Amino acid sequence: MDDTVKNMAKSKNTRVIPGYHLTLGIVVTMLSVIVLIPLASVFMYSIRISPREFLELITKENVRNAFVTSIGSSFLAAVFNTVFGLIVAWTLVKYEFPGKWLLDGLIELPFALPTAVAGITLSKLYSDSGFFGKALAKAGIHVAYTQTGIVIALIFVGLPFVIRAVQPVLEKMDGQYEEAAFMLGASPKKTFFKVILPELRPALLTGFGLAFARGIGEYGSVIYISGNSAKNHTQVVSYVIMQKLSYIDYASATAIALVMLVISFVLLLFVNIVQMKQSQRTNLL
Amino acid sequence: MSEQQKMEKSKKRTKICLITITVAFLVLMLVVPLVSVLASSLREGFGFYIQAITTEYVRSALKVTILATVIAVLINTFFGICAAWLLTRFSFKGKQVLATLIDIPFSISPVIVGLAYLMTFGRLGWFYPVIRAFNQFFGTNIRITFAIPGVVLATVFVTFPYVSREIIPVLNAEGKDEEEAAALMGAGGFTIFRKITLPQMKWSLIYGIILCTARALGEFGAVNALSKTRGETFTLPLEIDALYMSGTETSITAAFAVSSILVIIALIILFARNFIEHRYKNKN
Repeated sequence: MDDTVKNMAKSKNTRVIPGYHLTLGIVVTMLSVIVLIPLASVFMYSIRISPREFLELITKENVRNAFVTSIGSSFLAAVFNTVFGLIVAWTLVKYEFPGKWLLDGLIELPFALPTAVAGITLSKLYSDSGFFGKALAKAGIHVAYTQTGIVIALIFVGLPFVIRAVQPVLEKMDGQYEEAAFMLGASPKKTFFKVILPELRPALLTGFGLAFARGIGEYGSVIYISGNSAKNHTQVVSYVIMQKLSYIDYASATAIALVMLVISFVLLLFVNIVQMKQSQRTNLL
Repeated sequence: MSEQQKMEKSKKRTKICLITITVAFLVLMLVVPLVSVLASSLREGFGFYIQAITTEYVRSALKVTILATVIAVLINTFFGICAAWLLTRFSFKGKQVLATLIDIPFSISPVIVGLAYLMTFGRLGWFYPVIRAFNQFFGTNIRITFAIPGVVLATVFVTFPYVSREIIPVLNAEGKDEEEAAALMGAGGFTIFRKITLPQMKWSLIYGIILCTARALGEFGAVNALSKTRGETFTLPLEIDALYMSGTETSITAAFAVSSILVIIALIILFARNFIEHRYKNKN
């Protein structure tokens, strides 16, 4: 105890609570060893690749197609999840119906369920002999081993993001905005699009960005349902990296990974900016 | 019909419409897949199910999975508490950068994590000569990639921010007045932590540990890049992959049987999550 008091006196009186240097040391060391140094190794390796070679590696036809497939499917899935996520969040907050507690409790299933389990389950359900696949096949729609399958898998893994971002905002909004709009004579439609939707926009964008980012890097839930055929453009970027790794083609794997890191970094930055603006706004209120 | 009645009617229609969409969407996307795993796992009967989840491979995979999960939870809980203490109790330069760096593993594809460890500890990695020199000097045979340490490290990486992310907002909201008062009255760091900070973050800490466990148990992509020996370094998700990929009708059923273990754990985790959230809401 005496030591603490002495240390306190020494440390310019700004840090009364002990443990600053200790925790700083622990946090920086662990972060470096587990996260930063391994990631830096990827960058270090990529420096050894010449710019021309780098460009060649990432513009190969199958790599380009994989990027288009991953980004396109993730975007579609994120849009889908934003629309349905808003509907689901709205319903769960505003209405009461039997079985609501069960559905509300299941929303985070995609986070709790291992991706490989989700992957084989969806693949089986949507294959032409599966529960959904059979009915869809009769209508001439094939989901498994097509890009539609990739989108379905990404909708599954991204489902909780928008719902969980929007729900708390809707809960806090109570009825006052709607009441005010109603008093001023706005129709329910106008109230929704002019009053409620703008309030929800940051939460929707955050959820969209997180679901999009998650989808681009997704591996386990996608590879079973996608079929992974270069010809049909059903290879995702993560699959291509894994393929290069098993061929010990580390240069290609690193180059592709680097592009992917940049994309997810940009998306993360976008989400952070949206959240910062949101907190600035709430601080003003 | 008056304007008021018309409005009520249209409101009711919207309500029914939205509830129908929500229920249909969630049942199709969540409930059906959940039921389907459990149904598929029992397709060949209960005897087969028991047999499928007790094979040599599955038992070995279960051991590796539990080992990796326990180590990941221990390391990340310790890290999470240190990081939360540092980020919520002190202000210093570069704090925001540090907080962002801690969250990196959230936004990185697990496959890239596997790649990063191969680039560091694998044959081409810059750390490989160090391991080799160590092994030569001490006569040991330590390997990281394609061995248990690699599996554990990758699991620690992907779950790295899970505990800290849950407790930081709670400690931020509680503020540091109580700790400061205690420190000024002469309480030591550990006493402050045990008597003040720990009770404040109890539920979010438990929730963080639950989430960390869930993610660690299910990690697939990163481990897939770093583990190649079935029956030795495979985790449960990798064993499921191997069973499913062998493609015969019975091995696919076996894959679902092994999956059902993880599904049941996932359901327990969801239950615990809802229970804790409920308690937390009631408290506030």
